[in-house]
Amino acid sequence: MMSAKILVYIDQVKGKVLPASWEAIGAAHTLADKLGGEVAALVLGAEAKPVAEQAFQYGVAAACYCDDPTLTDYRPEPYADVLVKVARDLGVELLLFPTTTRGREQAAMSSVELGSGVIPDVTGLEVVDGKVVATRPVYAGRLISKAVCEATPQVITTRVRAFKAPEADPTKTGAPAQVPAVRAEADIHTKVTGYSLAEGGVSLTDANAIVSGGRGVSNNPALTPPAGMDEKATEIWRAQEGFKLIGDVAATLKAAVGASRAAVDAGYVPYAHQVGQTGKLVAPDLYIACGISGAIQHQAGMRSSKVIVAINKDAEAPIFRLARYGVVGDLFEILPPLAAALRQRLGK
Amino acid sequence: MKIVVCIKQVPDSAAKMVVEGGQISWGDAPLVLNPWDEFAIEAALQLIEANGGELTVVSVGGESAKESLKTALAMGCNQAILVADPALQGADSQASAHVLAAVIQKIGGLDAAFFGKQAIDGDMGVTAAQTARLLGWPMLGLAASLKAADGKLLVEKAFEEGRQSVECPTPAVVSVSKDIGEPRYPSFMGIRKASRATIPVWNLAELGIAAPVSVVRWPEVTNPPAREVKTEMITGGSAQEIAEKLADKILEEKVL
Repeated sequence: MMSAKILVYIDQVKGKVLPASWEAIGAAHTLADKLGGEVAALVLGAEAKPVAEQAFQYGVAAACYCDDPTLTDYRPEPYADVLVKVARDLGVELLLFPTTTRGREQAAMSSVELGSGVIPDVTGLEVVDGKVVATRPVYAGRLISKAVCEATPQVITTRVRAFKAPEADPTKTGAPAQVPAVRAEADIHTKVTGYSLAEGGVSLTDANAIVSGGRGVSNNPALTPPAGMDEKATEIWRAQEGFKLIGDVAATLKAAVGASRAAVDAGYVPYAHQVGQTGKLVAPDLYIACGISGAIQHQAGMRSSKVIVAINKDAEAPIFRLARYGVVGDLFEILPPLAAALRQRLGK
Repeated sequence: MKIVVCIKQVPDSAAKMVVEGGQISWGDAPLVLNPWDEFAIEAALQLIEANGGELTVVSVGGESAKESLKTALAMGCNQAILVADPALQGADSQASAHVLAAVIQKIGGLDAAFFGKQAIDGDMGVTAAQTARLLGWPMLGLAASLKAADGKLLVEKAFEEGRQSVECPTPAVVSVSKDIGEPRYPSFMGIRKASRATIPVWNLAELGIAAPVSVVRWPEVTNPPAREVKTEMITGGSAQEIAEKLADKILEEKVL
């Protein structure tokens, strides 16, 4: 059996890899350079073998996979069984996961079974006196904490977009090792009965750019709503018209559409779009906030964005204090020519 | 059905958190029931209302956590238990999971243990899955909708790609996402009842466990680096002019 110091869990569904998995491999390489030892990857589920082969392009020394029928659908228990067994067999000292839904869950479950602890959602990793020291935001990023796991193996999940994925090198290849399932179907209590896929569009946490709307999106005075709507229906209709403008700028930039909690609570857009303390924490390269005043809970979710643009009618809105560029004005007047100007400059 | 919901008391989400002399301070901001846990309570209450049964709310914490337990009682939980022990000072998530697993076993005969997605102080989001693994119960993570039928829980779980429908026999651990719907406000009657409630306090000896070892250390907490941002206001004679200028500025940043 091979040995490795660091094992990286690759999060994938039917051959589609969540890109944060490769970022976790990038973080693993940086640590391995300082700690010594090799980096291995583990891939579970349907289509695990081609993904494990792909992992070699990111520079892992070894990859193992299990595509047993019991793992075709993601179920936490049989996945964690295989993960724990592989971690023990390889004698790894560090387990890394991307901070995805499955990654966080698997990190939590394997940590207690391996008699260790977990440090989720870290944004920085360093080696001090041979020990891995993690940096992670707490209180939704209002404070930054260092964290050390004193037990072995250390279990850590890396925040999406906080680490750089290595360049894929197609000349790097290798033969992944197949590992068996641990738990028989009869001993698995959960049954997956169906799926409903998320609506299309760019995922918020992976997005390079995000255009977000707030409560202000429903306030276009120039619109005349269709007759016969009650007050709430009119408000929603106005908001949807406003989000069309946001969607148009987003489409031009291949950006995701975000929203403030106020916009979600008012029923303008589904919760999946919410940015903030009780929504998604995002850090895109470009964040355009439209009609968002910038409550502290919203700021917590987006303040790590690289370039922030704020468009708001209220010159005193707190969002301007975070913004690189600010426009005090009516988003309904600014967004249509902005979309056109960007389209023109981007050659679309 | 017999359900327990595990909650945490945290500083209010609007509190201004700062580090003073190496200590985290939230000034005079109130301590509240963790907002994510309100969704777990709401989901559990709906399940009890549809199927009958009782809901117990549990928190590991200090004496002050009784206030958050009372909020949960006022929302409709039937009884509350506080787990407090000096040995639990600074417990990490796995230590808390060990304690909660022991509480769940001591209560006994439960159909489910509910958790919020995460607590807004540490933003860890791991205790539910850790507790599930320690109990050997199936983990139904980030439930967006749920119901019970024929001794089974039927849950829609939220993932990056969409939702997965899962069913499993009870008992199970469930963590609840915000998709479940807005949590109810405590009723006037509920608040009156909660204010009179006596909340039993269990220590580790009563749970029959030794103090679990905490393995994660937090050597240093700091204020985040100030965001060095010079805001440039874009102005112009018309919306068209402002939009053109802004588009140029965005492209100059070379982030697209």
